[in-house]
Amino acid sequence: MNKKKERLIKYLFTALAFSSLVFLIGIVLVLFKEALPIFGKVSLKAFLLGESWYPTAEPPEFGILPLILASLWVTLGALVICVPVGVGSALYLHELAGPRQRAVLKPVIEILASVPSIVYGFFGMVILSPFLQDTFELPIGLCALTTSIILGVMATPTVASIAEDALSYVPRSFREASFAVGADRWQTLTKVIIPAAGSGISTAIILGMSRAIGETMTVLMVAGGAAVIPHSVFDPVRPMTAAIAAEMGEAPVGSDHYHALFAIALILFLITFAFNIAAELISRRFRLKLGLAR
Amino acid sequence: MKRRDIVQKLGFSALFACMAANVLFLGGIIFFIAARGLGSINWAFLTQAPRDSMTAGGVAPAIVGTFYLTLGAIIFALPLGVACAIYLTEYSPKGWIVNVLRISINNLAGVPSVVFGLFGLTVFVKYMGFGISIVSGSLTLGILALPVIISASQEALVAVPQSIREASLALGASQWETIRKVVLPAALPGILTGVILSVGRVAGETAPILFTAAAFYVRGYPDSPFSEVMALPYHIYALMTEGTHPEEQTAIAYGSSLLLLGLVLSVSMLAIYIRARQRKTYNA
Repeated sequence: MNKKKERLIKYLFTALAFSSLVFLIGIVLVLFKEALPIFGKVSLKAFLLGESWYPTAEPPEFGILPLILASLWVTLGALVICVPVGVGSALYLHELAGPRQRAVLKPVIEILASVPSIVYGFFGMVILSPFLQDTFELPIGLCALTTSIILGVMATPTVASIAEDALSYVPRSFREASFAVGADRWQTLTKVIIPAAGSGISTAIILGMSRAIGETMTVLMVAGGAAVIPHSVFDPVRPMTAAIAAEMGEAPVGSDHYHALFAIALILFLITFAFNIAAELISRRFRLKLGLAR
Repeated sequence: MKRRDIVQKLGFSALFACMAANVLFLGGIIFFIAARGLGSINWAFLTQAPRDSMTAGGVAPAIVGTFYLTLGAIIFALPLGVACAIYLTEYSPKGWIVNVLRISINNLAGVPSVVFGLFGLTVFVKYMGFGISIVSGSLTLGILALPVIISASQEALVAVPQSIREASLALGASQWETIRKVVLPAALPGILTGVILSVGRVAGETAPILFTAAAFYVRGYPDSPFSEVMALPYHIYALMTEGTHPEEQTAIAYGSSLLLLGLVLSVSMLAIYIRARQRKTYNA
């Protein structure tokens, strides 16, 4: 009798454990089901490469190239900040900070990661954008540059904490071997430790990109919202997430516009999914290389 | 000084600058929001409803709404998340199942928040017919919180020494008895950390509730799980993008941002503190 109960409980836990997988599959199914109707009206190629996004015009135009380019621009801009600052602070924590500094600085990074995105958006809107507008005498403060800066700050803690994990996996013996042949700390760091942790650090960068490209509220508030192909970093832009969040409330359920927004979400999901899988594969190879395979 | 010493010195200074940038980012955000937000926060701001088309009064209904949404999300995600962590650590399933589950948890954690919103809109609001409501918003936020709770619970369960499991089994306890009476109590503080972390995450999320729960203005307080609610993060967004009195609204948005920031940061600091103490006990 007891055995039966034990087995039942095990089955129950097994079933519940698959909930994440069920939700993930559910998300994919919903996105495909709601996105596919638009491709009956617009070809995939015209959708992806079309240069004008006028979903409410008559006749409507559903070309999301400006949105894709906007997302890429602001994400690449964010990388300029979050890669050096994130990797640099991971190296600092790993290499230079003593235990007492670490006890303060690691929480600082974690707390920075927990600042809500709406607060970043608000900060960008009321503080950073007027500041940049005055400093560079821009016609408009809400633009790709402002967005990139904020996204870069937001992605920094992601990059820093994952890169720091990767560095901590590098065995002590690597460092000792390097010192033993006469290298100083900087040489050991740049020629031994960073290459050894290289793929772990690239995982960190990929996940930072994934964070930046999927960020919604910040870009919705700060990017400026113009759905045109950007020509300079001072142009207002409309990244994919912002288009979805801003237009979903106005698109009639079941309309072409509605399905087009789901199609944007599907493409966004596929991009972040690819990033996450790439990060997973690279970090697995990294662990194998250092003999840490689980 | 030799050339390589100079290089080392410069390199280390650069790393220090990077670390300092993090501190500056955090300090800057807190400083600027607090400097202009503190003036808006007073007792009336915390306890009154908005008045005069959002130009005066407080944000009490938004605070209450955020509380309900967060509570609902945790009630939904906690049992699921802990069950998943228990399965992964205690029932040690076959290799490929662990891999599939780990990959799906990691990917769920990486899904953009607005995509959760669309999922919630399609499944909870429309397909299940919950409408734009606390229930729909909580379920959507719960899915988003799931990966956080799973990984914190997993860490807590793994930290429980194998020897006390074996001691319990040796005394004739079954596996479920061991989990329920020995392992879970020992892992409780760690699981609590996960819950607190996810509270911080969920309370600040905006995009998932845009189409599933939030309204710019609702008269009075929510009276059923199926009513629309105001929520603190959405309130900030709405104040900045809707309405006709930008100046007064910005002042209220400053107060709301400071309130939300204070709430989320103190919750995360609490979680970090509990976890640090926890790790110390196990290492000692």
